[in-house]
Amino acid sequence: MQPANLFPLIVVLVAIAFALGYARSRALAMPLGGIRNLKSLPFYYAARAAMWCGLPALLILACWLGFEAKVIQTLIVGSLPAELRPDTAGQASLVLSQISNVASGALSGDFAPEGIAAAAERLEALRAQSTFMMTALVLSIAVLGGFIAWLRIAPHINAREKVESTLRKIFFLCAALAILTTVGIIFSVIFETIRFFGKVSFIEFFFGTSWSPQTAIRADQVGADGAFGMIPLFVGTLLISSIAMLVAVPVGLMSAIYLSEYASKPVRAIFKPALEMLAGVPTVVYGFFAALTVAPFISDIAEAIGLSASSQSALAAGLVMGIMIIPFVSSLSDDVINAVPQTMRDGSLALGATQSETMKKVIFPAALPGIMGGVLLAVSRAIGETMIVVMAAGLAANMTANPLEAVTTVTVQIVTLLVGDQEFDSAKTLAAFALGMMLFIVTLLLNIVALHVVRKYREQYD
Amino acid sequence: MTDQLSQAELVRQSLKRRYRKEWRFRTYGILAIGVAILALVILFTDIISKGYTGFLKTTVTLEVPLDPELMYLDDPTDPEQIRMADFVAPLQQALLNELPTAEKGDRRELGRLMNSYAANQLRDQLQANPDWLGTTRTMTFLANTDVEVYVKHKDDEAYSIKLSDQQQRWVDELVDRGVVESSFNDVFFSSGDSRDPSNAGIAGAIVGSLLTMLVTLCLSFPIGVAAAIYLEEFAPQNRWTDFIEVNINNLAAVPSIIFGLLGLAVFINLFGMPRSVPMVGGLVLTLMTLPTIIISSRASIKSVPPSIREAAEGIGASKMQVVLHHVLPLALPGMLTGSIIGMAQALGETAPLLLIGMVAFIVDVPGGFFESATVMPVQIFLWAGSPELAFIERASAAIMVLLAFLISMNALAIWLRKRLERRW
Amino acid sequence: MNTMNPNIVNETATTETRAVSAADTDISHADNGYGETVGKPFTDNPKFALRDVEVYYGDTQAIKGISLDIRKNQVISFIGPSGCGKSTFLRCLNRMNDSIDSCRVKGRLELDGQDIYDRKRDVVELRARVGMVFQKPNPFPKSIYDNVAYGPRIHGLANRKSELDDIVENSLKKAGLWAEVKDRLDSPGTGLSGGQQQRLCIARAIAVSPEVVLMDEPCSALDPIATARIEELISELSESYTIIIVTHSMQQAARVSHRTAYFHLGHLIEVNETNKVFTSPQHELTESYITGRFG
Repeated sequence: MQPANLFPLIVVLVAIAFALGYARSRALAMPLGGIRNLKSLPFYYAARAAMWCGLPALLILACWLGFEAKVIQTLIVGSLPAELRPDTAGQASLVLSQISNVASGALSGDFAPEGIAAAAERLEALRAQSTFMMTALVLSIAVLGGFIAWLRIAPHINAREKVESTLRKIFFLCAALAILTTVGIIFSVIFETIRFFGKVSFIEFFFGTSWSPQTAIRADQVGADGAFGMIPLFVGTLLISSIAMLVAVPVGLMSAIYLSEYASKPVRAIFKPALEMLAGVPTVVYGFFAALTVAPFISDIAEAIGLSASSQSALAAGLVMGIMIIPFVSSLSDDVINAVPQTMRDGSLALGATQSETMKKVIFPAALPGIMGGVLLAVSRAIGETMIVVMAAGLAANMTANPLEAVTTVTVQIVTLLVGDQEFDSAKTLAAFALGMMLFIVTLLLNIVALHVVRKYREQYD
Repeated sequence: MTDQLSQAELVRQSLKRRYRKEWRFRTYGILAIGVAILALVILFTDIISKGYTGFLKTTVTLEVPLDPELMYLDDPTDPEQIRMADFVAPLQQALLNELPTAEKGDRRELGRLMNSYAANQLRDQLQANPDWLGTTRTMTFLANTDVEVYVKHKDDEAYSIKLSDQQQRWVDELVDRGVVESSFNDVFFSSGDSRDPSNAGIAGAIVGSLLTMLVTLCLSFPIGVAAAIYLEEFAPQNRWTDFIEVNINNLAAVPSIIFGLLGLAVFINLFGMPRSVPMVGGLVLTLMTLPTIIISSRASIKSVPPSIREAAEGIGASKMQVVLHHVLPLALPGMLTGSIIGMAQALGETAPLLLIGMVAFIVDVPGGFFESATVMPVQIFLWAGSPELAFIERASAAIMVLLAFLISMNALAIWLRKRLERRW
Repeated sequence: MNTMNPNIVNETATTETRAVSAADTDISHADNGYGETVGKPFTDNPKFALRDVEVYYGDTQAIKGISLDIRKNQVISFIGPSGCGKSTFLRCLNRMNDSIDSCRVKGRLELDGQDIYDRKRDVVELRARVGMVFQKPNPFPKSIYDNVAYGPRIHGLANRKSELDDIVENSLKKAGLWAEVKDRLDSPGTGLSGGQQQRLCIARAIAVSPEVVLMDEPCSALDPIATARIEELISELSESYTIIIVTHSMQQAARVSHRTAYFHLGHLIEVNETNKVFTSPQHELTESYITGRFG
């Protein structure tokens, strides 16, 4: 049975376990003189039966689904005839995808080597077997669990406590998923990064000034190893982020100040949601706008005033990214400015300060740490932004400070290296993970500092 | 006394200068808002002006002579004959009949006006209705993309017209005779991607997005709410809890592409899950949206006043009962609002999905969680990268559809908040 | 005019939460209440001349027609139960209510014969002349020096650094804070004790050389010793400034002020020399209040 159908079936079983548990606890309570003499309400006995029925079954289902593909692959590879058996991970994935293509009928078996066709048949058989075993195991565990819990319903058991403690554990696991995610991120980049540094030296990666990860097709080709110096990517990222911040910080900050200090209620009611609308536009739309409208416009203008501009420019990507970040900066500044107590404003106004003097000389200095925190968060956002730069910044790893030239960024390279056919173990693929690791570390540090600053700032006025 | 008067005089003197500054400052504020709003307006008008024509299709309605001799076919139920038959000839003949100015030698040129899938369409129809053979039928086909571009954009310099002068005259004539028409583009909403812009649609992407979002919603909402409840109500005040909290706040600010790397390394390489499928996309987006949902859920749990907790505890309810019976129902509207906003974010997300392979060219509408699929933003990305302007037009139209979804989701969130949220 | 047309309001309700309506006239036990202000509200040659002042928050009327003169270089106390509108009234005098969107002020309010609420009136200039000290000390998060120098700087009162130093020193001396802080002028103003912070705020207010200083319960957040210090300061300052002080403490009003005004639910009930108000109140509401029957 397909897992998609198995899941509803488990739900039905859980419901049955609940109903039976409910009935049994009531039946047990009858001779004792009503449910008052049970340790817990019938609901909790029923819930306990349902949990025993559902939780182990779902756990096994999830594990099975998680490891099924890997196990079957290993079995298939192991059973391949010697001449087809792959030597490297790269070959293995190639052979496996060939087998699965034959199995799914996308590739005709007639054209594949004999061993492959046989393996494809075995794959089909194994899959069917695995599905059958999974179905049988999961359903019997569910029925068994429900039955045991149903049998163990007894008036002296405090079912409520047991149900609640299980629930609490589940809640805890959900919260701990955040840590698991972080650990998962670290582990998913760290191994490949270590392998990458086995192929490319530390010094080349961090201090090299040339980036061309295109590995050669033939071993004797010139530049077969590619070049993996991340400085040009770093410069490109910095250039685009700086342009974005130059747009976003003044505009975001001033609009937050205007909306919170000057604007009348109706004006605020119109423009605040309008600003928030900018935040809701997906990045791919900004990328579309940057690549197809802003970039051509900028290169036209540059040519009109006699400058040379490439069709993809850092300026276009940076400007549009700045627009994207405006609402982010403005809503963070708005929070921070509003956290400055009104008495501070009154104190300054009562001395005869104008609103702008109050703003510039009292509120702004008081809010500065918070605003800095917000700006740091915005920087981290600009560095990690992907779609705009993928669509509008280009692939050329130029080391330049000229915003009219095309540059490339860390995120663009990650996407380019990992989209499409990948070769496992090639320095090119591994480089993407190394870049990902850099990106993660840098944004993590920025976030930690920024969140710490903002939190300290909030506590000051709470 | 005199001192005070001169002070007042000094203040008065400074006023003009200070008000100028005040005015300048205020102007900066207005300018800043102006810039932001202008950007918004330009963005929207740009996309609408580029894309509204994407909602129109161009069709050719012809009297097709289903002549057995023309098609070299006398038994439409024989697959072998169908495979060998010529379905282009009847279309060319039908166009020739419509255009008195064209000659027999123009057949080839005329055939180019038809959509590349028109012959297949004719074949399928004939197979379905074998008795049509030998009759003449009125049938509607999509026009060739070049014809469509010419009909829609002949006055627009941005588009290059690929039709020859002769073909342009024919198309003009066909438009005059009502053979070539423009109408609402239902194909755009009912078909998947295609190599040919006029046949390309977003149905596959919409279904892919729906499946992905379904996975995300089913996982991230319960997990997010449970995590928020744990952190807000049960977690002991210790370093462990602090660590989880710092972790969640940081994850909310981690670039989305990092989650793509996670998905690639864990779900695909480690667990061997298939690439490009909604299940994996949904899992990645779940991990990405969880922090947002947890943070907003915690905020709405916090806003439930302690008096309600105390009242329930006072009656002797257990902590879990207090939470599930009292706090959760009161906090639910806020949680829903936060989750809808989180889902809207996930719906517009592209970068992590690129890494787990949802960029493949997929024609079929996906039928399940484990079938190859693409999603709306990725479809937009793919079309936007095409050199053909007709695809750019489709991309803009798809953006409009996506934005319509997002705006209605956000509007729903705002409405829910207004409607259900209690003020304490 | 509301002063001519008495509205009777339930005594337990605060004016902020109640709109004045015809229904209110049903409650009759204070019928003798809010007619003309008793005592001596008017003087010759006043600093402030206030006539028929009404203040509304949205639809709610907080001040219901008050007429009062305030004499130059005197201290006048506003006393009354919570919510009687005395703070609201005080904030009208340098238009601090402007920043509240829903607040409207009616009537004629004159400072030295010029209307405060005139359209052409400059609110910045007004506030430079009418300073204010708030209930809770609110030093800026800057150094002590910068706190005091803030006003003179924005108004351009000093041409040189040395002039500014003099202004800061004099103001701090007048506020009685100089001896305590002269060695640490660069340390943050928020690091001072509550009483010191409040004196810093007073120094900040008088550094602009205002003609009038408004004080809104300046001692309510302070301990008795700090309060005594501030009260002393008020008496000293009254030689060169007109001081209007809102207070909850009748003892404080008796100690520091020349005149006292008693407010009740948005009405000004009685104004007189301080000793007269406290020894022989003419209105029964005043008497009830100062003898502690309510408040």
